[in-house]
Order: sequence, then structure tokens, then C-alpha cells
Amino acid sequence: MSVGDFIRNSQVWKSIFRHPAPRDRRNRVVVMLTNFFLHLHPVSIRKQGIALSYTWCMGGITFFLFLVETVTGVLLMFYYRPTLEHAYNDIVTLGQVTTLGVLRELHRWGAHAMVITIWLHMYRVFLTGSYKPPREFNWVVGVILLVLTLLLSFTGYLLPWDQLAIWAITVGSNMARATPLLGHEGPGAKFLVIGGVELIHSGSDARFALLGQRFVGEMTLLRFYVLHCIALPLAVALLIAIHFWRVRKDGGISGPL
Amino acid sequence: MPPLGSKPAPAKPAAKAGSDRRGFFYTIFATWFGAAWAAFTVSLAAMTLGTVRFLFPNVLAEPPSTFKAGTPEQYEPGVVVERYKQEYGVWIVRIDNQIFALSTVCTHLGCTPNWLENEQKFKCPCHGSGFYKDGVNFEGPAPRPLERYKISIGDDGQIVVDKSRKFQKELGQWNDPDASITL
Ligand code: HEM
Ligand code: FES
Repeated sequence: MSVGDFIRNSQVWKSIFRHPAPRDRRNRVVVMLTNFFLHLHPVSIRKQGIALSYTWCMGGITFFLFLVETVTGVLLMFYYRPTLEHAYNDIVTLGQVTTLGVLRELHRWGAHAMVITIWLHMYRVFLTGSYKPPREFNWVVGVILLVLTLLLSFTGYLLPWDQLAIWAITVGSNMARATPLLGHEGPGAKFLVIGGVELIHSGSDARFALLGQRFVGEMTLLRFYVLHCIALPLAVALLIAIHFWRVRKDGGISGPL
Repeated sequence: MPPLGSKPAPAKPAAKAGSDRRGFFYTIFATWFGAAWAAFTVSLAAMTLGTVRFLFPNVLAEPPSTFKAGTPEQYEPGVVVERYKQEYGVWIVRIDNQIFALSTVCTHLGCTPNWLENEQKFKCPCHGSGFYKDGVNFEGPAPRPLERYKISIGDDGQIVVDKSRKFQKELGQWNDPDASITL
């Protein structure tokens, strides 16, 4: 008995993989259906669906980059402390002292790449007309994913706490001042008055909620950190699950035009 | 399947009395159910609103919005005082016999400009807006002059700057007596 056969016949192996190797059509199907990870993918799909010239695999690459960001991000969390005292130095330390600190660059470049690929994916879905019924809802899910991806990018940008980060977020969050009704310099806000008391001022508007204070400071760093590492990734993961599920329920990747 | 209501109907008078009783219990149940659902909905809504409110901190580690800035005689004509920039975000400037408190927030998108003594102007590092010593914009994307804060002389003769009130030139507010001190 060869070593391979010995392993494949062992109880441990068989307890994990309940079916023979996928050597014939039937077992190929069965293996797909009984493996948690493989079952996420349909057993059979249209030829079109794997044509690189049709999808550019842009959605797939975006998903891959999301996974890269998740893994490298968790690793960075072991070294990064979101406080005024430590944040900047922890990032410098990752670059200069930590073994394989290049993971930080991977996280940063991956983030830039993901923003590019998600736009390209949206562009290809548009070009192939794949947003049309029955796929309208998945387009909407996609738009939310796009917004969440950009928010991940925005919140992550502050974390190095260097001059570029602080002023980029200052400038970016100043736009929230002009939110209609909810920003204290936005249209309509000055009409939200009860008994002479302004409801929307610099200490209660949308920007204040985002920053946790009136300017970009330690509360902001903490807020963005929690959003960046917990809230937004969870929301994206949930929506990606729905997105993929809907691709299948809407009849698989769209057909040729 | 037999059509609905094909059960033998109870005797008419009995049904009448019974349906009244049922109606009575039904009303009580409906009231309780309605009340329970309403209470549930209201508490859920209150909790949601409360959670939103939770995200707005009540205590901030921000410097007080009012501060004292020495006596008027300490300020020389033509000088931009940068001592209060770091902590309070304010330049105190004297031009001729007028002292005013300029906000250090660029009116473009909120960066902090630098005072360039040699060039006698405020210059924003973010997108290059320039402001004259009196705060009026003259170059770059900033659409309006820097804002001024309320400035007055307190009982002890010291200058008091109050950042909770601001004055904008484009609204004609710089002429307000609280927008500057005239010596
Ligand atoms: C985190 C972001 C996203 C991920 C990971 C993702 C992933 C994917 C994947 C893997 C597919 C299968 C086909 C392909 O690879 O092209 C797909 C299809 C699709 N995506 Fe996305 N996507 C994302 C964002 C978006 C955005 C921003 C839109 C548009 C607003 C969008 C709309 C769609 C639609 C309508 C389909 C079905 C296309 C068809 O059937 O041909 N997705 N997505
Ligand atoms: S923020 Fe000052 S020039 Fe843009």
C-alpha cells in the first residue's frame, strides 16, 4: 500500500472527506456539494462565466484583495495602538524594526488596488449590461459595497497619524459640515431650532458624530480605528456573502449580449 | 377537502351568546396584544434613538472656548501673535489701533495656514490659499476671509477671546463692536 493510499484510507482522512477523489463526473459534483468552501461555488456554470474577456475576473480580484486586507490587517493589529502617543511610532516601527514589516506596505498597496479593481468591476458590469433585471438588486448591493470600500479606505488613511493623514481627514470630514439638515453649515440646518435653541451646531452635527469631537483628535483616531477594523469589515463581509449568493440566484454570471 | 364552515353549526341562540363571550375575550386579547406590541415597538425605537445619542460624547477634552490673552498694551501694531495658535487655534493681530482674534482654520477646507513673517501673509500648506494680515483672502482656492472671534476687555483689564461667537467679513459682521477692540 502506497503512502497516499494509506492516508486516504485512514479514519482521519475519511472523517473529513466523505467521498472518493474527484476523478469522475459524479464524484466531482459530490465533492463540490459536501465541502463547505467548495459549495460556495456552483457545481457547473456557463462557459461565459469563466471567460476572462467577459468578467475580467475583477469581482474575483476584488474579493481576493479583500481577503488579503483582512489577513494583513489582523496581523497589523498586533503591533498598532490607536492612541496619539503610539500610533505614528507603531507604524514607523513596522517599517523599520519588525521582521516582515513589509506586510504593512502590502496592506496599503492592497487597499489602493482594491479601490481600483472595484471600480473596474463596476465598469465591466455596466459595459456588459449585467445590472439589468433580474440583477438590479445585486447592482444595489454592489453600490453599497463600493461605498463601504471607500469608507474603509478613508478610515484606514487616518491611522498612520502623520501630517498627510490628519489633514486629509480634516479636509475630507469638513465636507460633512455641509450635509443638508445634519451638518451645521449645511442647507436647512439653521431652521432646526426648538425654543431658540439650535439643534444642529458644531457639537452635534454629522461631522461631530464622525469625529467624536470638533476637530481631528484622539477620539477620531479611536472611532476610525473601530470602524476600520470591526464595523466596516463585518458589513462588507456580510454584503459580499449576499452579493455572491445573489449572483447564483439571479441565474449565474450574465450571458452574452 | 370540505368547504370552510361545513362543520355542523351550533344551535343559533347558543352561538349568539357564545360569540358575545368570544367577542369579549377577543377584545381583551387584542387590547393586550396591541399594548404589548406597542410597548415593544416604542422601547425598541427609544433604544435605537438612545444608541444613536450614545455616539455623541457628552464630555470633551477640548480647550475651553473662552480664554484670557493679556492686556492690550502688550500688543504692538503690525504684529501677528502666534502664542495662542497651538492650544486655541487663534492668532491675535493688531493693525494700527485695532486688535482682533483670527481663526486659524482655512476657509477653503479647514487646514491650518502658517504666518509667513517675511512675506507678511498667511499661507495654507494644503492647497495654497493666501490671506493678508487682516485675514482677507487674496490667492488660492479659499472662497472667503478667515473668521474672527469675539474679543473684548474683561473686568481685570485683560483681553478675553470667546470662540463660541464668530464674525464673517462677507456677512458684514467685522464691523460689529465685538469683532475687534479699538484702542
Ligand atoms: C467588495 C466589492 C465587490 C466584490 C468582492 C464583488 C465580487 C463579485 C464577483 C466575484 C462577481 C462574479 C463575477 C465577476 O467576477 O465579475 C460579481 C458579480 C456582480 N457584481 Fe460584484 N463585487 C463587488 C462590488 C460590486 C459593485 C461596486 C457593483 C456595482 C455597483 C457590483 C455589481 C455586480 C453585479 C451586478 C454582478 C453580476 C454580474 C453578472 O451576472 O454578470 N459588484 N461581483
Ligand atoms: S484647506 Fe487651506 S487651501 Fe485648501
